[in-house]
Amino acid sequence: MRVMKLVLKNMLRHKLRTLLTIAGIAIAVTAFGLLRTVVTAWNAGVEASAADRLITRDAVSFIFPLPLAYKDQIAKVPGVVDVTFANWFGGVYIDKNQFFARLAVEAENYLEVYPECLVPPDQLATFKKERNSCIIGEQLASRFHLKIGDIMPVEGDIYPGHWEFVVRAIYRPKDKVTDPSNMFFHWQYINERMKQEAPGRADNVGWYVVKVKNPAAAARISEEIDVLFQNSRAETKTETERAFQQDFLASADAILTAMNFISFVIIGIIMLVLGNTMIMAARERIREFAVFKTLGFSARHLIGLIAGESLLISFLGAAIGLAFTFPITEGFSAVLPKGWFPVFNVEPVTLILAGCSALLVGVIASIFPVQRALGTSIVDGLREIG
Amino acid sequence: MAGTNGQSMITAKNISKSYRRDRLEIPVLVNLTLTVPEGEFLALMGPSGSGKTTLLNLIAGIDRPDSGQVLVNGVDIGSLNESALARWRSGNVGFIFQFYNLLPVLTAYENVELPLLLTRLPRKEKREHVEAALKLVGLGDRMRHYPRQLSGGQEQRVAIARAIVTDPTVLVADEPTGDLDKVSAHDIMVLLERLNREYKKTIVMVTHDPRAAEKAHKVMHLDKGELTT
Repeated sequence: MRVMKLVLKNMLRHKLRTLLTIAGIAIAVTAFGLLRTVVTAWNAGVEASAADRLITRDAVSFIFPLPLAYKDQIAKVPGVVDVTFANWFGGVYIDKNQFFARLAVEAENYLEVYPECLVPPDQLATFKKERNSCIIGEQLASRFHLKIGDIMPVEGDIYPGHWEFVVRAIYRPKDKVTDPSNMFFHWQYINERMKQEAPGRADNVGWYVVKVKNPAAAARISEEIDVLFQNSRAETKTETERAFQQDFLASADAILTAMNFISFVIIGIIMLVLGNTMIMAARERIREFAVFKTLGFSARHLIGLIAGESLLISFLGAAIGLAFTFPITEGFSAVLPKGWFPVFNVEPVTLILAGCSALLVGVIASIFPVQRALGTSIVDGLREIG
Repeated sequence: MAGTNGQSMITAKNISKSYRRDRLEIPVLVNLTLTVPEGEFLALMGPSGSGKTTLLNLIAGIDRPDSGQVLVNGVDIGSLNESALARWRSGNVGFIFQFYNLLPVLTAYENVELPLLLTRLPRKEKREHVEAALKLVGLGDRMRHYPRQLSGGQEQRVAIARAIVTDPTVLVADEPTGDLDKVSAHDIMVLLERLNREYKKTIVMVTHDPRAAEKAHKVMHLDKGELTT
């Protein structure tokens, strides 16, 4: 017999109680995993941000456009490698529930600034040539069963009217944090129609994406760009892509904070559940601990027995909970409106956090029982009624 | 004193022990001196609260005297720190309790094997020791039984096997027949007598049972902290 077997036998002494404790931990870990995944998904844009990209937008609000003429001036700022732009198009594809980002972009170089969207060169060349063409992410293609040559009709809202785009390219995300559900099309296509139907809205872009040579110079370049347009009709605010994404999420900050808080409250609940089980177990076994000590088992052995049991229960619960997290996260993603979270994966950091939490909970839940076992003298322990 | 060789195995010199209950300090043993020769089978008798179990605990190193000295086989156990004392107990003293104190989740074999977990004996040797101890107490055929599947007498025999599996020089028994019927009590006493006679174990036994005490070489009475023959 090994000590581990003893730990296992002790754990199975009250099978129902242990089973309920493990189930409680598993449910809590699943909830923790799901909440963390939602928080991670929400932050996916921030995580996908590149250090060498800056965003220049209107200083007052993101919703106000910037003149197209700014592009050349920005390009001249020392340290700037490339400048492209994009415009939020909005619109409705099929129905309002089919949400995904529809962006009018500068077709010539947008994907050069965003190399994480991988497009076959021949498809990219065709896209650049055809003004009414579009590039879609592979997730969109799969979701709507679209292939090269298909037409995507979109009813405009910000840009009213009926729009049709021909799918000429399908991009593949380079990594897990890149959104695979975007739709890019020619800004020129929109702009030409604006010139005819609403000239006042023509030659405006939503924001500029500025690729810089040295990310360390981002602060200086941002300042220089904003100085260029000081006292103009559209002053700018330039910041790193990460800061821009974080600004974008600021409106949901309270919800995210609450979710973060709740996910850690869950860890506290696990601790109470396991702590309760371990305290009950220790109380019932005070006499046995005294017998162990009488037989020559040291404090180290008793700590090993109690903490080992606590950790085993904790890890079993965590393992089962994490195993359930994957299908439950997938199920949750399936019932969400399509496109809400284009990147919705259980991240390794979630698994690590859950594992570390299980370790922490296992150790903390055993502190009181260990104290009790060690603090009770053999003589007093042997007097306990079993 | 048949069976002893006259050399002192246990010496308690001027030991005193008192317990604190709330604000009251209750003296249990006062300046008590006792010598137990090697190979002795000593029975300690006396009324409840006379300090028999306290004396036994001091001899076995599971409690410490307030003053005085306890020497077992030449070792001043008062000078050992907790972990050294635990190690010393595991190799030198076997314990037999009134209520057996077996672990209910372990089989008879595993209960007897417990003290050997602290040794570096190879698995094969451990098995041989455990089987030998269980056969010695007459339970060679009950090794895989759990305590709940055994009678009180059999449980106590498992406890005795656990006490002797490390081959200690001293056995201490606290009311070993206190929870047993007459026949089982007799069997246990025969077993203890055999361990003393054949295996030369020095035994100190606390008992209320005069029939159990008859098996001992020597009976001492403890009353109000005083020891008389």
